[in-house]
Amino acid sequence: MTRITVNVDGTSYTDDVEPRTLLVHYLREQLGKTGTVVGCDTSNCGACTVHLDGRSVKSCSVLAVQADGHEVTTIEGLATNGELHPVQRAFHENHGLQCGFCTPGMIMQSIDLLAENPDPTDDEVRLGLEGNMCRCTGYQNIVKSVRAAAGGAK
Amino acid sequence: MIPAAFDYHAPSTVDEALALLAEHDDAKVLAGGQSLIPVLRLRLAAPEVIVDLGRIEELRGIREDGDALVIGAMTPHHAVETDALVAEHAKLLALATATVADPQVRHRGTIGGALVHADPAGDLPAPAVALGAELVIAGSGGRRTVAAEDFFEDLFTTAVGEDDLLVEIRVPKHTGWGAHYEKFTRVVQQWSIVGVAAAVRLDGDSIAEARVALTNMGSTPVRAAAVEQALVGQPATAEAVQAAAAQAAEGTSPPSDSNGDAEYRRHLATVLTRRAVLAAAGA
Ligand SMILES: Cc1cc2nc3c(=O)[nH]c(=O)nc-3n(C[C@H](O)[C@H](O)[C@H](O)COP(=O)(O)OP(=O)(O)OC[C@H]3O[C@@H](n4cnc5c(N)ncnc54)[C@H](O)[C@@H]3O)c2cc1C
Ligand code: FES
Ligand code: FES
Repeated sequence: MTRITVNVDGTSYTDDVEPRTLLVHYLREQLGKTGTVVGCDTSNCGACTVHLDGRSVKSCSVLAVQADGHEVTTIEGLATNGELHPVQRAFHENHGLQCGFCTPGMIMQSIDLLAENPDPTDDEVRLGLEGNMCRCTGYQNIVKSVRAAAGGAK
Repeated sequence: MIPAAFDYHAPSTVDEALALLAEHDDAKVLAGGQSLIPVLRLRLAAPEVIVDLGRIEELRGIREDGDALVIGAMTPHHAVETDALVAEHAKLLALATATVADPQVRHRGTIGGALVHADPAGDLPAPAVALGAELVIAGSGGRRTVAAEDFFEDLFTTAVGEDDLLVEIRVPKHTGWGAHYEKFTRVVQQWSIVGVAAAVRLDGDSIAEARVALTNMGSTPVRAAAVEQALVGQPATAEAVQAAAAQAAEGTSPPSDSNGDAEYRRHLATVLTRRAVLAAAGA
């Protein structure tokens, strides 16, 4: 066991973990933050995307021990005082999800994308979400949601 | 899946990391983890000890040293892709790095990890060869420098020994050169079926110098020397570049797989080389 201290969604946690524990399993099983999901075994789907020190990462491809001393934001840390984050609201309003399984990852990656490029074109949104798979929507309304969030932020 | 159990060490200096590698027989280095962690999860590897380089500050960052840029092995892809010095002096590397995987992977994956991993379809070995990069390896006997052309020995095999670390990549400055990385894939987030790294220096309208290297046209990156020679002194026109690019597949031994057979790849190499050189020349 290795002792780690990680700030997750604004709260500091100190825990003993096995070094082989993946960050996503630490979040889900030890902290109960099941908003972040696992969709694949190959680091391809992006459903597990969280922010590590403000940048998007696939939490199935990071060890919990690598997050020691760092800051993690999950989909559960976005809303403030019951108010949805603008990107969450845009997905809700533009029907950017169907089954919702890819949505936590899509939203976390969209926020990263908008931080780097506040007013992306459709193509830039598609490229920025290259690491996130959706099996339901055909992506059309996801792109629309991100563009709407970008407009709303202006 | 979950990796098999291992002991974890996170040293804060290169010397400590080297001592750990010398001490443990079955130790594996962890950089960005974007190739290694998936392999551990699928239990294709189960090392007893992991030595994480993530806390070693001296391995991170990009600086100038005379005629070269020096890039720390642990510098993430995203930093290389967006760095002003790389954009000015080694644009080819920035362009190729931007095609690697997806943004999340580029936030974690490192230049050193991609080079040591040495996947024949990986996008960074060919630009390293094209730009004549030198790789600095630290081992128990001190540091040694290996040219990119000698660094890649075979599929997934480099000059980095089991107890060694790649510490930095020295890239000769190619200031003012045009560059382009042409990556051919069928779907997003895919590895190169074939890729072409090209850099050219123009003198007026004609090509004064050219560097061209190919991704996934053999077990290691291939320098397209015949194309480079044929381009020198030529005008940067579609006809002249096409004639030179026709030699791109010379001396290559590309794989055959579900993405295409060797003959298809040989053809692709000529087409992509034409596109890459023309784009690099701004034509
Ligand atoms: C979904 C996905 C898609 C991808 N697509 C592409 C792609 O299109 N093109 C592409 O080029 N790559 C692609 N990659 C791989 C990516 O480039 C990885 O970042 C890279 O291959 C490994 O870098 P890393 O820092 O993550 O290394 P790690 O995974 O940590 O290590 C890789 C190997 O190198 C060794 N190693 C690492 N650093 C050192 C060092 N400094 N000294 C000695 N040994 C070291 C490790 O022991 C390990 O064997 C993809 C990865 C994923 C997950
Ligand atoms: S679970 Fe699919 S990328 Fe992490
Ligand atoms: S909404 Fe079902 S996978 Fe995207």
